Amino acid sequence: FPFPLTYIARLLRIHISERKREEEAESNQNSFAAMAPRKTPVVSRNPQLIRGVGKYSRSKMYHKRGLWAIKAKNGGVFPKHDPKPKAAATPVKPSKFYPADDIKMPLPNKRKAKPTKLRASITPGTVLILLAGRFKGKRVVFLKQLTSGLLLVTGPFKVNGVPLRRVNQAYVIGTSTKVDISGTNVDKFDDKYFAKAAEKKNKKGEGEFFEADKERRRASCHKTRRMTRRLSMQHCLNRLRQCQI
Amino acid sequence: MGFKRYVEIGRVALINYGKDYGKLVVIVDVVDQNRALVDAPDMVRSQLNFKRLTLTDIKIDINRVPRKKTLIEAMEKADVKGKWESSSWGRKLIVQKKRASLNDFDRFKVMLAKIKRGSLVRQELAKLKKESA
Repeated sequence: FPFPLTYIARLLRIHISERKREEEAESNQNSFAAMAPRKTPVVSRNPQLIRGVGKYSRSKMYHKRGLWAIKAKNGGVFPKHDPKPKAAATPVKPSKFYPADDIKMPLPNKRKAKPTKLRASITPGTVLILLAGRFKGKRVVFLKQLTSGLLLVTGPFKVNGVPLRRVNQAYVIGTSTKVDISGTNVDKFDDKYFAKAAEKKNKKGEGEFFEADKERRRASCHKTRRMTRRLSMQHCLNRLRQCQI
Repeated sequence: MGFKRYVEIGRVALINYGKDYGKLVVIVDVVDQNRALVDAPDMVRSQLNFKRLTLTDIKIDINRVPRKKTLIEAMEKADVKGKWESSSWGRKLIVQKKRASLNDFDRFKVMLAKIKRGSLVRQELAKLKKESA
């Protein structure tokens, strides 16, 4: 049975629009060899009446697209560009080993983890309530969020015995009380600071490593804690918080 | 013996149920056996069942269904707000509201204050005990 004309028309129009897209893609690739890059984005010259049916017929579109002008410019024939010379393929050595069975490869995963989204109620200087762990129930001061997503937090140590520590946001309640820590410098502290000292294979070397690490920690801890203390306005009140009377 | 607070025009009441819970309103008219027309400076005049009202001791001098302006003037003259906030009932409500809106830090401060007060009381008690002993 003969296909209805409208169906043929639809197929042709789809073909034309595809062809147009291909040409655009081609021109984008060989931009310097072929046409200049478009300044305006591609807009269809053939508005759709209904999905799949354009307003203009094939011959009309030929005229609208100016293919006659392009042909006229090129002496009656549509311009053809020689394909770009392909770069010489590097000789591939045949591999020595072919596995017997097909191995199933897992799908590639290119996701990059972002640090956890920090709750809006938690800003540097907020007093947090720790909900779990060794210091559960203690109120601590939030310093900054580390790149791993954990929160850097301190008692301050002199106040309630909570040292510089990392804490997960999920195990924390943010209160509305804020402390001014604008002067404290916490740039030095990051996840690497909290990493366990790497074990050396040489047993003699291990002991040295540990000591050096501890010293490093102690030195920087003191400085920061002093700074945090001096600059927290509500320090004296905080001090009484966990005091057992 | 008998009732002391009556439903009358000008009686100030407290809404104890519904959207306007906790508001002080004035009874400006009685609709029927169960309902009153009720008005307050910050709400549209509306009818309420008596069951939703708790009468207070405060009464103001107004005619039946006064205009809003007149009502506000009468309430200022009678100092309804002042009388309410100095009454023990009103004071209790204020404290309840304050307690409900406390911060974690505020609760800490309250705890310290309570401890301090308790220690003072105990000191006095100890002194008195010593004197009497």
